[in-house]
Amino acid sequence: MRRWEFLIERTLFACALISVFTTAGIIAVLLFESFEFFRVAPLGEFLFGTEWTPLFADAHFGVLPLVAGTLLVSAIAMAVALPMGLLSAIYLSEYASPWVRRLLKPVLEVLAGVPTVVYGYFALLFVTPLIQAAVPSLSGFNALSPGIVMGIMIVPLVSSLTEDAMRSVPNGLREASFALGATRMQTSLTVVVPAAFSGVTAAFILAISRAVGETMIVAIAAGQQPRLTLDPRVPIETMTAYIVQVSLGDTPAGTIEYRTIFAVGMLLFLGTFGLNMVSTWLRNRYREVYA
Amino acid sequence: MGDLRKFAVAVVVASALLVAACGGRQEQSGESGGGTQLIRVDGSSTVFPITEAVAEEFQKKHTNVRVTVGISGTGGGFQKFCRGETDVSDASRPIKPVEVEACRKQGIEFIEIPVAYDGLVVVVNPKNNWVDHLTVAELKKMWAPEAQGKVTRWNQIRTSWPNRELHLFGAGVDSGTYDYFTEAIVGKEGASRGDFTSSEDDNVLVQGVSGDELALGFFGIAYYEQNRSRLKAVPIDDGKEANGKAPVAPSVEAVKNGTYQPLSRPLFIYVSKPAADRTHVRHFVDFYLTDGAALVDEVGYVSLGDEGYRLARDHFAGRVTGTVFAQGGSQVGITIEQLLARERK
Repeated sequence: MRRWEFLIERTLFACALISVFTTAGIIAVLLFESFEFFRVAPLGEFLFGTEWTPLFADAHFGVLPLVAGTLLVSAIAMAVALPMGLLSAIYLSEYASPWVRRLLKPVLEVLAGVPTVVYGYFALLFVTPLIQAAVPSLSGFNALSPGIVMGIMIVPLVSSLTEDAMRSVPNGLREASFALGATRMQTSLTVVVPAAFSGVTAAFILAISRAVGETMIVAIAAGQQPRLTLDPRVPIETMTAYIVQVSLGDTPAGTIEYRTIFAVGMLLFLGTFGLNMVSTWLRNRYREVYA
Repeated sequence: MGDLRKFAVAVVVASALLVAACGGRQEQSGESGGGTQLIRVDGSSTVFPITEAVAEEFQKKHTNVRVTVGISGTGGGFQKFCRGETDVSDASRPIKPVEVEACRKQGIEFIEIPVAYDGLVVVVNPKNNWVDHLTVAELKKMWAPEAQGKVTRWNQIRTSWPNRELHLFGAGVDSGTYDYFTEAIVGKEGASRGDFTSSEDDNVLVQGVSGDELALGFFGIAYYEQNRSRLKAVPIDDGKEANGKAPVAPSVEAVKNGTYQPLSRPLFIYVSKPAADRTHVRHFVDFYLTDGAALVDEVGYVSLGDEGYRLARDHFAGRVTGTVFAQGGSQVGITIEQLLARERK
């Protein structure tokens, strides 16, 4: 019997190890290929150059246009996801009666289950023409529409993590606030949200990280033109969309074109990894502990 | 535990990217079992509509054969072809010497078969009311490498045009259409600006131009024919009197009589010789060169005529390998007649 237990324990441990090894492998590949890349393209040009044309005869390796595209789309997504996510979390946690919450929460989470490729075509074929009716200067490919759709996609992530954080605030605090004559809204905004601050911030940062790494929606609806701009109406290209674009063609392994995707991937990895670290740090640093 | 979860999220994001990065590289290999024969075709998205239509009709008659048609672009297609991963390669330009060399190294001989003629169509959005025609020089000004980051507004092309942004959409660098267009317009194959929306998939370009008032793009005539209501074709003036003084609008007629220059070009399929010895591949190519002629017209390209397909069938039956385009790569200004003359030799 003990032998059996031992086997199970080892098996579980091995499963856990696989994910660690996978991570190590990915980082190793990224490091190796990026290193090869930077032997050809100087790091300074990569980080500060304003032209990104590695596939063309006159190759430039300035990643800023891709970074600008990524930040622009992510910022639009956050402008949609954070307020909507926070407000739905406040509603679900503070206002909704238990049966409404039981109904709404799964419905909201269905949004998270929709494949991103569907969101991509939804942005391209439905949202873009819709916005074009109001803003005629909007291009067929643009940052605005995929940004908005991505924001909608991220709402469940924000609302569910935020709601968890808010519901873990002890009821005593709410009752004290009500006893002082505060309304439900005052209680939510001035007592519950601040008390759940670390959890809420962690949720926000995870959402940003999700937006930065999102691939399919932008590859379909944002265009494939690296352009250093903050104009949400014109075609742009994000880091993830660039990686997809190169992978769809048939770039031979070992060429500089091929290595660009690892350099871009490395930058992306560092970005999302950094954001996740900040999220964890914030949560531990500002955690309000209620005994 | 929480740290580990965040870490796992980062890993998932990164690995999803890697999977996306590697996905394009994985090929199905070999024949599938169960008596079903597989013919693998990949390459140009310009030739795709013809091959797709032929494959569909062919599979109706031969229910035990499955034909897969990919769109990696002409260059991408040849890379797979010369690694022996595909049986037939669609191409919108003749094979290049480096590609011939790559095939030779793998011991893959090929049969070159012209299947249709195409006119590359330069298109703008239907709402664009200022462009009436373009000269080759104006197109060059837009697309040349020097234009990068500098030529960004319509009034830089012609001063009477509006001072508004110019959004360019074009074939990606793996595409034979890109090679041909740069050769014909800029004068050097593979030389162009890099700051435009590029895709190997022409449907993406159609979508981009049809949704953007300030757009200009180019692709094969079939994609224009299928989307006439969403696009406006621009007549092209090559400045040569032999092809008529006025700008020539793209049409099947103009491609056929050789006046739509310099953007008319032949389209090809390349069949690997080992594959051609397989019965079902032979049947497929024969079908392509007989019943396929009608489909060429149907999808919007220009067929080579009875003699053209007879010559092509003779070539295939005689297993004539190699290319008649000794210099390789895109050749500008070849009319159907000249192409057939080369094939007759």
